Amino acid sequence: MDSYPNDFRFTKEHEWIKVTGDTATVGITDYAQHELGDVVFVELPKVGTKLSASQSLGTVESVKAVSEIYSPASGEVLEVNQSLAKTPEQLNTDPHGSAWLVKMKLSDPKEIAGLMDAAAYQKYIADPKKEASA
Amino acid sequence: MTSPATIELRKTSLNPIHRRMGAKMVTFGGWDMPVEYPATGGLVAEHLAVRSSVGVFDVSHMGDILVENDRTPGGALAAVQHLSMNDASKLAIGQAHYSALLYPEGTFVDDVIVHRLGEDTYLLVINAGTREKDFHWVRDHVRGFACTARDVGDDFTQLAIQGPRAADVVRKLTDANLSSLRNYWFTHATVCGLRNTLLARTGYTGEDGFEIYVPSDPRTSEMAWSRVLEAGKEFGILPCGLGARNTLRLESKMALYGHEISESINVWEAGLDRFCKMEKTEFIGRAALESAKAGRIQRTLVGLEMIERGIARDSYKVFDEAGREIGYVTSGSPAPFLKTNIALAYVPPGHSAIGNTLLVEVRTQKLKARIVPTPFYKRPKH
Repeated sequence: MDSYPNDFRFTKEHEWIKVTGDTATVGITDYAQHELGDVVFVELPKVGTKLSASQSLGTVESVKAVSEIYSPASGEVLEVNQSLAKTPEQLNTDPHGSAWLVKMKLSDPKEIAGLMDAAAYQKYIADPKKEASA
Repeated sequence: MTSPATIELRKTSLNPIHRRMGAKMVTFGGWDMPVEYPATGGLVAEHLAVRSSVGVFDVSHMGDILVENDRTPGGALAAVQHLSMNDASKLAIGQAHYSALLYPEGTFVDDVIVHRLGEDTYLLVINAGTREKDFHWVRDHVRGFACTARDVGDDFTQLAIQGPRAADVVRKLTDANLSSLRNYWFTHATVCGLRNTLLARTGYTGEDGFEIYVPSDPRTSEMAWSRVLEAGKEFGILPCGLGARNTLRLESKMALYGHEISESINVWEAGLDRFCKMEKTEFIGRAALESAKAGRIQRTLVGLEMIERGIARDSYKVFDEAGREIGYVTSGSPAPFLKTNIALAYVPPGHSAIGNTLLVEVRTQKLKARIVPTPFYKRPKH
């Protein structure tokens, strides 16, 4: 399955990050949107917010559940995806593309090395014993 | 998703079929149940199918208690009257009503649907999460009466067929005359080829609908489920999970045990006065309710609609406009049909006027919500 792009890195909490130089795009994975069900609400940080890795970045809510989103890396928010306020359902249809959450400037690009690549992430989500939840 | 396998989850006979259909499963009241069926559209589609056409739910996790007399006429009725707050003496054979089992404090053991099956035979349909507690409660409190109480919950697979087209689906599956079967009445008829099947015009969605009780062996259960889906195909029937069941009942302001009603909330607070017949013979909880009525209730259940952007969820705190904490949310969710964010909450009567603005604490923010009339949704009259 190649639905998890090779140039993405992944967290155990089901966020993805795509790095280009010292900036990065962040979103939630297809697995996460599937676990959540119909997404109806997205709350994102303000541009300029400084985040450290694993700090809460916002929330995504489905009809049934609230899911906290954690920043995969440290840095400053450069841009947030405004279109998700009006059409949060994009997260169900295109979680790895048009439904990205934030773009950020990384303060420590070396952190990325600690995240899973696509193969490791797919192995992780196939493991019923994984401890994190979406 | 840490789910230690220490407690054996209970499964309905349709569990393998739900899994085959790709249902997302959750634990509810000790049961492994479908919460939604993503392959056929998921929660929102299921909710809308029930509002606009028809859906089918496996509700076999619900419990059933049969109360029969031991050859002393009236023994079962006397016991049911003692145990429940509504007046079962008013039920005709073939009729059911909403009622509740109460503690002596006037708070809830559970809410129940009481069916009068025969001259002096009653079937109590109870919640999944309280099955053992309810049965022990009933068994212990019928001891002084000339009757027996039996837990027959495992005998039935219970299917709920709900929505404005539910009658069109059920009509294809039964010889019963549905036009003479009114809301909260039931009959025994051939359903899905099964003779003498309990067919009730009841449900938990705010729509017209039916519940059928078929033998719980896997073959019969799967046959009935498949025949309902087949008969509903032309109406766009969807299999529906507990997710839609919850949002449908919330839009219709139907109580859920552990949320709007519980062992610490009494009948007056929950606003269920019309199902509580103080004028009938003595029942458990009556005396406490009598004295509670003389005083003022401390809290009352109101409907909220979010004004500001955000979703109120179960147990979120409620504040008045001055920022004083005054209550809490019992159930809150986006409402898929109404397309607003709604909630039920307990607040003091002084703050309960319709149109009042209150604040709901959603994570770090206090967001404005308005008290609105309930039920949030009422089905159109035909």
